[in-house]
Amino acid sequence: MTAAPASPALRMNRLISPLVLLACWQAASSAGVLPARILTSPWAVLQAGWALAATGALGHHLLVSLARVVVGLAIGGSLGVAFALLAGLSRRGEAIIDAPLQMLRTLPFVGLVPLFILWFGIGETPKIALVALGSLFPIYLTLFGGIRGVDRKLVEAATIFGLGRFAIIRHVILPGALPAALVGLRYAMGIAWLSLVVAEQINAGAGIGYLIADARDFLRTDIIVVGLAMYALLGLAGDALVRVLERRVMRTRPGLIAS
Amino acid sequence: MLRLRNLTRSFGARLLLDRLALDLAAGERVALLGRSGSGKTTLLRCLSGLDPLPEGCKLQAPGNLAMVFQEPRLLPWKPVWQNVALGLAGSDARMRAEAALAEVGLAGRAEDFPITLSGGEAQRVALARALVRGPSLLLMDEPFAAIDALTRLQMHGLMERLWQSHATTTLLVTHDVDEALTLADRALVLAEGRICLDLPIPLSRPREAGTQDFAVLRRRLLEALGVGDGEG
Repeated sequence: MTAAPASPALRMNRLISPLVLLACWQAASSAGVLPARILTSPWAVLQAGWALAATGALGHHLLVSLARVVVGLAIGGSLGVAFALLAGLSRRGEAIIDAPLQMLRTLPFVGLVPLFILWFGIGETPKIALVALGSLFPIYLTLFGGIRGVDRKLVEAATIFGLGRFAIIRHVILPGALPAALVGLRYAMGIAWLSLVVAEQINAGAGIGYLIADARDFLRTDIIVVGLAMYALLGLAGDALVRVLERRVMRTRPGLIAS
Repeated sequence: MLRLRNLTRSFGARLLLDRLALDLAAGERVALLGRSGSGKTTLLRCLSGLDPLPEGCKLQAPGNLAMVFQEPRLLPWKPVWQNVALGLAGSDARMRAEAALAEVGLAGRAEDFPITLSGGEAQRVALARALVRGPSLLLMDEPFAAIDALTRLQMHGLMERLWQSHATTTLLVTHDVDEALTLADRALVLAEGRICLDLPIPLSRPREAGTQDFAVLRRRLLEALGVGDGEG
C-alpha cells in the first residue's frame, strides 16, 4: 500500500502555514515586539546569510562541517556494516558481537565527549569519532535485523538450486536486507548531524558549530539562525539523497512502502 | 531412479513418517496425496536435501534434482531471466533461461521483474527455473494449489506438453484428487506415516474428468484419503 502522490494543489496548501508563520515572525520583529537580541527578523537572517556567503565564509564552514559528517558517517557506517555482517551471518559472531554493542548502545554516546577529549585531544579526531560512534548503531541494528529477517523460503529455494553460502549471501541475503539497511542509513544521518552539533561545541576553529559559537559571543542572533538553517538544510539534503536510493530499491519490491 | 527406504520422522511424540519406502521409475510421474499434516511436505524436504536424512534411512536419488514450491519463491530484486538462471554457470545462461521461459509461454518477459507477474505467470517462471537445469528428478510441492481454477487447468496442459518434450521423472505432491488423476501415471496416498495406497492410473492421455474409469479411480483415492463416499 502506498499513499497516492499529493496533487500540486495539495502541496501548495502545505506551504501556506509555514509561510504564515514566517510572516508573523517578520511582523513581530518589524513591530518591535521581538527584539533582535532574542531573535532577529527573517529578513535580517537572509541578509546575514547573504553577507556570509559573499565573503566565502559560509561556504568554508559548510564544507568543514560536511567533511566531518561524511568522514564520520563513512567510518561509523563501515564498522556498522562489518559488525552486522559478522553478527547477522553467524551465530558465533552474534554471540561475540551483539552483547557488547547492545550494551554500548544504551550509553548516551554524547556523554563520552569528556573521555573523547582526553583520548583524542581537541582537534578533528574527537569530532569525527563522535559522529562515527553515533551513526554506527542504527546501521548495525537495522542491517542485523534485516539479515535475520530475510525470507527463509527464498534461502531454501536458492539452496535447492545449487547456490553456495557466499552466493546466497550475495544474491539473496544482502539484497533482502537492503531496505532495512537504508532505513538505518536515514537514522544514522540524522544522528550524525546531531553528533556534529555536539562535537562542534568542542573547541572548533571552523565549521557551522564554530560559526554559531562565535556569533553567540557577539550576540549575533541573525548568524546563529543562519547556522541553524544550514544544519537543517544539510539534514534535509541527506535525507532526500537516501530517499532517492530507497525509491530505486523499492521499485521492484512488493508490499513495501517507500516512505 | 529413486529409491527410499526406512524414512522415519517424528515431531515430539507424534510419528509423522513411519519407516516409509518409496520407489520411482525413470520417466515416471507420480502423484503423492495425503490429508494436510500427513507428512507430504516433510517427505519432499527429505528427498530434496533441505532436511537432513535421519539415521537408518537409505536414499538413492539423482544429484540434479529441481523443485517447484507452492509459492513461486522468486527473488523480487532480480529480473525474470536472472531468477530462471539462478545458480547456472556459463556464458549461455541467459540463452538457456530465455529458452526455458519460451517453453512455459513467457518469451518476452525476461526483463520484467517478478512484481509485474500474475500468480500463474510467477509459478510458470518457477517452473522454468526448475526445468532450465534439465533435472533428472522434479519435485513439486502443491505447485498449483494457490492458483485460480482456470489457470490451474492451463498449467495442467502446460505440464503435459513439457513432459512430452522432457520426460522428467516427477513427484507431484497435491491434495487435489482430480489433479493427481489428470497428471500422474501412479497415485500414492500417504496416511499414518506410510503409503497406504499405491494406485496405477492406466487412463489414456489427455484425460477427461467425466469418464467412468476416472470416477472409479477417484472414488478409490477419496476412500483412501478417508473422505466418506466418493461423490463428495
